[in-house]
Amino acid sequence: MAVAFSPGPDPCPFILPHFPPRGLGPFLAPRREDALDFGPLEAAYDYDAIRAVLTRDVIEGREESMWRYRELLPIDGEPTVGTQVGFTPLVKADRLAKRLGIRELYIKNDTVNYPTLSFKDRVVSVALSRAKEMGFKVVACASTGNLANSVAANAASAGLKSYVLIPADLEQGKVLGSLVYGTNVIGIHGAYDQVNRLCSEIAGKYGWGFVNVNLRPYYAEGSKSMGFEIAEQLGWKLPRHTVVPMASGSLLTKISKAYTEFQTLGLLDANQPFTIHGAQAAGCAPITAAFKRGTDIVKPVQKPETIAKSLAIGTPADGYYAIHAMRETGGAAEDCTDEEIVEGIRLLAESEGIFAETAGGVTVACARKLIATGKIPANETAVLCITGNGLKTQEAIIGKCGEPRLIKPSLREFEELIAGEVAADAAA
Amino acid sequence: MRKMTNDQELVQAAGANVGELIDDLDKTYPGMKERLCDDNGNVRRFVNIFVNDEDIRFLEDKATAVKPGDEISIVPAIAGG
Repeated sequence: MAVAFSPGPDPCPFILPHFPPRGLGPFLAPRREDALDFGPLEAAYDYDAIRAVLTRDVIEGREESMWRYRELLPIDGEPTVGTQVGFTPLVKADRLAKRLGIRELYIKNDTVNYPTLSFKDRVVSVALSRAKEMGFKVVACASTGNLANSVAANAASAGLKSYVLIPADLEQGKVLGSLVYGTNVIGIHGAYDQVNRLCSEIAGKYGWGFVNVNLRPYYAEGSKSMGFEIAEQLGWKLPRHTVVPMASGSLLTKISKAYTEFQTLGLLDANQPFTIHGAQAAGCAPITAAFKRGTDIVKPVQKPETIAKSLAIGTPADGYYAIHAMRETGGAAEDCTDEEIVEGIRLLAESEGIFAETAGGVTVACARKLIATGKIPANETAVLCITGNGLKTQEAIIGKCGEPRLIKPSLREFEELIAGEVAADAAA
Repeated sequence: MRKMTNDQELVQAAGANVGELIDDLDKTYPGMKERLCDDNGNVRRFVNIFVNDEDIRFLEDKATAVKPGDEISIVPAIAGG
């Protein structure tokens, strides 16, 4: 019978360690000693050299974007794609804190990240800047939507040709939010994991730069910028708890790496403990399930079924590492139902004026459980990573937030409509 | 892995199940098993093997039966997300 070998690391350019000319940047190394196991490559840096040049003052003197931490991002030269990405608001969320029953709460608000309203602009900015350095003319991705939007927009602005491959049943906002940039959208009849596998097979064969296949070690490092910003925006200290949504598990792993790197570099108190918690939707929770079973063997979910489509990865590439990051920092993994996701979206919107996509609902709902069960103690500080904008996943909440009340343009009708409310307000 | 197969992306192998196929591949292309399986003989964490498009972890792992004409794909699992 026929055995087909997908183009794996061998023919891909990233397998070669890359030693940057400036002597500060990273090279890529296998994450563990066994380089034979096809495990992910990890960017490694010369922290002694970086420590000598990267201080709080230097960072604060730079433009407010993710590239103010550029020594810790894996490109050789200056960024050329997505130079204005990042430095999104860290919002002190007192009203939501009260609703969830915690003393101090912050929202890292990537619903307003530039240019495509999700944290994916961070990873794409690194991946495409690196893709240009490596000479790729065509860039591509496997995506649940947000990544496709970001690759399409950033490739357009960089003059790169792009292909985005997505499951055919994505939300309209995410499909249109790719098409508008003139990219090549290819809808696959299948789940994300099947899209992903197809992209692994295409990547080597066509020599395209797939941001989350053959450029993934660079791409994934972009997520660290979310962690760097949280620490800086909190006044150069770490939150005691951070809650992160998990799809592949990469964002959680990289936020943990970011905190550790800042401590290693002396930019933060190295003795301050931090705890990272992970959030998934119950309809696709392979990482949370493994965590709760007490193992690091992640059993794939064959048919993800959740409204949180951006988190619906049944075979999470970084699940193993996310579980270790949570365990090593004393964190926990949680999951929530679709109903709880909608409640989470509404709770965040009604208490803080932030409209998050379904993944944000997952994060809020899981944080609520972590606080209620004492895994995040009520007298401590937490940051919730809100990674995408609700305008892109409107289908998830249509009909679940009420309807507008319709009247004629008549003062009489208006007064009839609100008479009860006015009376109630007066009595209150 | 293609370095081991002289750059062929499609090769033939024989066996009654996935485990036997891997052993057979290793005979033809020495070192192949070490790349695909860990010291205990289990398929490595970051290697995905599909029999006719189905992940063997949803079937019977290395004991998954194969028959002549089946297509087995070996794909590194480091992509996505």
